Amino acid sequence: MNLEWYLVLSALLFTIGFIGVLVRRNPVVVLLCLELMLSAGGLAMLTFSRMLGDQDGQVFVLVVLVVAACEVVVGLGLVVAMFRRRLPLDVDDMKELKG
Amino acid sequence: MEAVAFFLGAIGALGGAVAVVTLRNPFYAVLALVVHLVFLAGIFLLLRAQFLAAAQIIVYAGAVMVIYVFVAAYVGGVEEPKWDSSPELKVIGPILALALFVAISIAVVGSSLTALGTGGPEDIPADFGTPAGVGKVMLEDFLLPFEAASLLLLVAAVAAIVLAGRRREDREGSR
Repeated sequence: MNLEWYLVLSALLFTIGFIGVLVRRNPVVVLLCLELMLSAGGLAMLTFSRMLGDQDGQVFVLVVLVVAACEVVVGLGLVVAMFRRRLPLDVDDMKELKG
Repeated sequence: MEAVAFFLGAIGALGGAVAVVTLRNPFYAVLALVVHLVFLAGIFLLLRAQFLAAAQIIVYAGAVMVIYVFVAAYVGGVEEPKWDSSPELKVIGPILALALFVAISIAVVGSSLTALGTGGPEDIPADFGTPAGVGKVMLEDFLLPFEAASLLLLVAAVAAIVLAGRRREDREGSR
């Protein structure tokens, strides 16, 4: 099983996530597509880690996991705050992020 | 055998990813992402990353997705109009995405990595990707990033309370 297949899969997943971020309007789904892009990056990192026979890349992926969790918490906090203020849940209508 | 496992995992992961982008109900999109992450954890296993596969399922497909499901249910029935976000993006989006894919592919092929076209080195240590191996690297070589990550989690927890918590004036207004 050649390792470039993993890199191709990672590139495809990243591209799909990128399309989602551009095309979707619901902020929750945009965050989901960001998760797709992050996990695609993690897959590439693990592939390089396997290529080099070095575990440093796996630590990077673990840190990315933490960053993704933080991003989710802050992003969904914003979504809940928007919902409470009865703002439209649509990224096209979010012209300003004033409190 | 490994190829069969890889292609099964790849089909599952790609299908989940496509479903996340195309399903209109955010709730179903979250469930599709769970499917995607579980299949991706299987692919992590093929790359000898046992610890991260387990962490992916527990932290990502478990904990993080619970928050998503909760918020999707809380915000609820926001019916998204079909694909008519903005006509320009509908055309430009896929073109940009294709360009991005081509750019990544060129970068990978042109990177002249010696391990391309092989299955990776065979003489990796026995604890490669196990909790023991990753933990040793993390706590010996990467102690500072590890502590910074824990600080980041603390900041994010405080930020979530500040952002989503009720303000005092809101509470008084609702009395």
